[in-house]
Amino acid sequence: MKNDSIKIFQKKKHAVLEKWIKIQSQDQGLSDDLITNEDLRVQSEDLLFSFIDNLTDANIDNSESRDFESVIDILSSISISRAKQGYSPRETGNYVFSLKEALLSILNEEIKDPSVLYTQSMAINKLIDSFSISTFETFIKGREDVIFRQTDEITQISTPVIRVWDGILALPIIGTLDSSRTQVVMESLLQEIVDTGSSIAILDISGVPAVDSLVAQHLIKTVSATRLMGAECIISGIRPEIAQTVVHLGIDLSTIITKSTLASALKTAFVMLNLEVNKKQRIK
Amino acid sequence: MEKIPILRMGHFLLVTIQVDLYDQLAENLEADLLNMVSKTNAKGVLIDVSSVSIIDSFMGRILGNIATMSKIMDADTVVVGMQPAVAITLVELGLPLKGVYTALNVEKGMQLLRSKILLEEEDQEDEYDDDGTDSSE
Repeated sequence: MKNDSIKIFQKKKHAVLEKWIKIQSQDQGLSDDLITNEDLRVQSEDLLFSFIDNLTDANIDNSESRDFESVIDILSSISISRAKQGYSPRETGNYVFSLKEALLSILNEEIKDPSVLYTQSMAINKLIDSFSISTFETFIKGREDVIFRQTDEITQISTPVIRVWDGILALPIIGTLDSSRTQVVMESLLQEIVDTGSSIAILDISGVPAVDSLVAQHLIKTVSATRLMGAECIISGIRPEIAQTVVHLGIDLSTIITKSTLASALKTAFVMLNLEVNKKQRIK
Repeated sequence: MEKIPILRMGHFLLVTIQVDLYDQLAENLEADLLNMVSKTNAKGVLIDVSSVSIIDSFMGRILGNIATMSKIMDADTVVVGMQPAVAITLVELGLPLKGVYTALNVEKGMQLLRSKILLEEEDQEDEYDDDGTDSSE
């Protein structure tokens, strides 16, 4: 009596699949472009058959059972791939919930006794609910992975230290300077100074959208640390707006060499290193 | 009792700190170094901190003190070879060591001191109109 529903599902699994696909196609009109109907069918078939095959009398009220590992695996891979493809959480949620709808409606057709129908439905309900929770966990994890990867990429892209000349380093800063970024900028700059033995570092801030007192503080720190290492630091790329805000905020940058463009900073660096760049004389 | 050796190189004194400094050692270094400056009439002091991995606020202040004290005894101080982590720590502690000359390594530090001596000699030459060929060799 008790394993009625399992028998029904095993007997009717193709009917369940058809029903499920039908429900999905009804409310998934939104993102036809993200997955083809055949792919969706294969995906759903894998999941459903693995679920029904692993469903036994013993584990029907225990979603933590090891028998469901393969089901959870399939669910996780589906939800991670959906997270990366840019599905909305609602669509991913509906995917699992529509399975519940299909299963319950089949049960409804097959079981006539209301009390049996109720207990069986509750068991299935609970099981699928816990599956959908784990689907959401992996879905969010998939999204977070994407975010972490992007954050990593941004931090790496944003702090390149360039050797512009023998003994001169340049570091173009793009984006807002916060404390964690300043730390990364400072560390990579100082390490590069040690590695290359450079004596001048140019910090170009033309890509920094705004300079407030905190950013200025970070810049002064970086310059002081560079000086402690025995190298000189030039700040270039000071735009008119930045000059205005700095003066209005009353920040003292007089101890720092500042230039308006990278070119003039480089020129200053040449003078400090006693270098001279000349136009080649053409001999006629 | 541990002591940090102070070497004399011509007009300069060379101090290489190869152990992590503790307070007493740093204070002794300060006193020894100043005695040595007055005894040898040194024109410059070069402190190599390349193997120091920890500098706390006290040590930072001692370094600053040594520089200021030597300066009033007419000797410039150059701190060379500071590690990136140490530099960041000092800045975070609010000790940017103003008034201390710094250089990347001993070689560049020596160059810096020599250029300072040369400038002073040129000044003296201007003042007394002497030829300074002997002293520059």
